[in-house]
Amino acid sequence: MIRIKNLCKNFGENRVLNSITTEIKKGEVVVVIGPSGSGKSTLLRCLNLLEMPTAGEIVFEEQNITDKKIDINQIRTKLGMVFQQFNLFPHKTVIENIMISPIMVKKVSKEEAYLKAVSLLNRVGLAEKENAYPSSLSGGQQQRIAIARALAMEPDVMLFDEPTSALDPEMVGEVLNVMKQLAKEGMTMVIVTHEMGFAREVGDRILFMDQGQILEKGPPEQLFNHPKNARTRDFLSKVL
Amino acid sequence: MDFSFAGKYMPMFFSGIKLTLLISVISIVLATIVGILVYFFKTSRFSIGKVYPLRIVAFTFIEIMRGTPVLLQILVAYVLVSMNPSSSKLPSNMVAIIASISAISLNSSVYIAEIVRAGIQSVPRGQMEASRSLGMTYFMAMKVIIMPQAIKNILPAIGNEFVAVIKGSSMAYVLGIAELTFSAKVVQGATYKGLEPLLISAIFYLILTFSLGRLIGWVERRMKASDSH
Repeated sequence: MIRIKNLCKNFGENRVLNSITTEIKKGEVVVVIGPSGSGKSTLLRCLNLLEMPTAGEIVFEEQNITDKKIDINQIRTKLGMVFQQFNLFPHKTVIENIMISPIMVKKVSKEEAYLKAVSLLNRVGLAEKENAYPSSLSGGQQQRIAIARALAMEPDVMLFDEPTSALDPEMVGEVLNVMKQLAKEGMTMVIVTHEMGFAREVGDRILFMDQGQILEKGPPEQLFNHPKNARTRDFLSKVL
Repeated sequence: MDFSFAGKYMPMFFSGIKLTLLISVISIVLATIVGILVYFFKTSRFSIGKVYPLRIVAFTFIEIMRGTPVLLQILVAYVLVSMNPSSSKLPSNMVAIIASISAISLNSSVYIAEIVRAGIQSVPRGQMEASRSLGMTYFMAMKVIIMPQAIKNILPAIGNEFVAVIKGSSMAYVLGIAELTFSAKVVQGATYKGLEPLLISAIFYLILTFSLGRLIGWVERRMKASDSH
């Protein structure tokens, strides 16, 4: 579904991604782990071009999205993104947050968008918050709304950028449960996280990144229990 | 001090207030429109090679407007407007009014551009990123997500700029426009009183700026209230 080839990203002199090559298959849950500053988030943000790659190729559904001629807004509707800081629209109610882009971008009718939004709210267990404003919700609730908002565009892939890092520990579970459910339903997901237990449980494949490179990849069983790379072993010994 | 003349000349001051308000209101509206334009020029991504022509235009305009006196700008505007052939058909005080409105609004626009910039930058970056990640175009996101949030910071600051414009409009006096300051000069001449007419004008300016200040405060409080739903 997504093929990444020799992807590089520089911020000025600083090389953040150093020739990343990997593939994400349909229905696969790929979890990216690694120390802070290893380029995990940048890799994720390159996938929907929130960061413009310096070099290399990203082929999404047989289209090279780094091509200048591509309609990036069209591509982005197929890649849902969930942010560490939720980024809900504070001046809109919960239901408006979910409805706004289907209506504006996909030109879906208001009624249809509303029905869809209500069913998504049910799915993330927040049906009663329809008319609340984001500021009145807990972090965990806000993040679940953010997931619903991304799902409203009916994306083919969901990108999660440390979705639980800004949450109180007791709220992490409710967000991870929604994500687990999503994985079970066969959604293709790329998740950057520090939740190792969750990575092991939900991930089909784990990528370990450090200093802008993928140092090791494999199924969770292998990567967590029998890491080959010395740097992976070192990292895991500190976080597990 | 003797204010016995005040009643007789009050209509003079009132017509002065009217003109002051007319110039100020039109100027602040135009300044807001031009100011937003200046902001977009200043932040434009349009480039030819490594040169950003619109940014250069904005930068030059801002430096000139901030680096020269408003009074001089009004005088220059008067000459420029008079040079326009169609201005000869207008009554001469109309030419003066157009000239002073042009100068005052252009001058104020560079400050408003800065107000708009600060207002937009006060909206967290994540708001734009979230909008774009949902497939919105830059302008869509600006219109429905960023601007409605930025306006809460922008509106009160434009109100303060309005106060500055009201005071600045007194400089239209040099073109012989009968606004509030000019009224005071006329009444001075008619009554041979030095201080009193000026004081009356000052009080009217204070009434205008003070009530406007209260209004801004009220708007600001309402916007804060709508923040915490």
